[in-house]
Amino acid sequence: MSHQIVSVKVYAAVFGALLALTITTVAVSKLELGEFNFVAAMTIAVIKATLVVMFFMDVRHATSMTKLFVGAGLFWMTILLVFVLSDYLSRGWIPGLRWL
Amino acid sequence: MADSDTTLAIHEPGLRHHFDDSAQQLDSSTLGMWVFLVTEVMFFGGMFGAYTVYRNMYPDAFASTSHFMNVTIGAINTGVLIFSSFTMVLAVRSAQLGQKKAIIAFLVLTLILGCVFLTLKYVEYHEKWVDHHIPGPSFQYQDPRYVHQAQILFFLYFAMTGMHAIHMIVGAGLLTTLIVMASRNRFSSAWYTPVEMIGLYWHFVDIVWIFLFPLLYLIGHTQ
Repeated sequence: MSHQIVSVKVYAAVFGALLALTITTVAVSKLELGEFNFVAAMTIAVIKATLVVMFFMDVRHATSMTKLFVGAGLFWMTILLVFVLSDYLSRGWIPGLRWL
Repeated sequence: MADSDTTLAIHEPGLRHHFDDSAQQLDSSTLGMWVFLVTEVMFFGGMFGAYTVYRNMYPDAFASTSHFMNVTIGAINTGVLIFSSFTMVLAVRSAQLGQKKAIIAFLVLTLILGCVFLTLKYVEYHEKWVDHHIPGPSFQYQDPRYVHQAQILFFLYFAMTGMHAIHMIVGAGLLTTLIVMASRNRFSSAWYTPVEMIGLYWHFVDIVWIFLFPLLYLIGHTQ
């Protein structure tokens, strides 16, 4: 990884985008969107996190090995949430099986 | 320190013997730091998992707690943390360019912003104390239907923001160390690994807050 020096303009643009997204997430939370409120808040949070990871943490210039490890971290986090929710959300779906 | 690129020096400044070159050494450090950060993702992931389960069980109670969260302070703190990430990245950039005074200036700015965040967090915790929203025997909740369920949310609130704040305090200590090292001229454009690694840590703590803010402050805003 040769370390190319990123211009201040790029960092400033990312900073501006992050601030704009923070204002957006507060504004959207005041709208009545039902379930979509949560989806919108999480979508904005994921976009913000991606901006920080790619530009501030410079993963876009990182080695493939580092990218693989970052991806593995996200993958295991997904396993955690998906498996936990597949248990809790599906409880009581089969009425006869009381012990489930 | 001498510029390493121009001469065929056997060892570049700051290069350990078992690495081929500075680039490989920095790649190794970056990978190691990311392995640590992935364990941190797992650590916070457990708490986010607990939050997800309880929020699914008691959606109305959790939504009702939003009225007692200080969204203004939460939003300002989000901005403060993002700004501190921006100054941190500029400190790393100054290190890459070998601008020693700029490294110190940006690190000090980052540290100040971190302290502003923690001060505002203290103000919020104090509000919770005054409102009897700290889980335990003296916990009180305005809506009698949700006393126990809301207490779970406040427990998660203090666990998650508390662990986040501890990470901020550790980060402030690390930044202080960096400032001391920078003032002793330890860094050059050939070697600035600690600035970059602690930068990664600081940005990670920022990302945790990016998720905590909407989940804890903005859940039931519309109700």
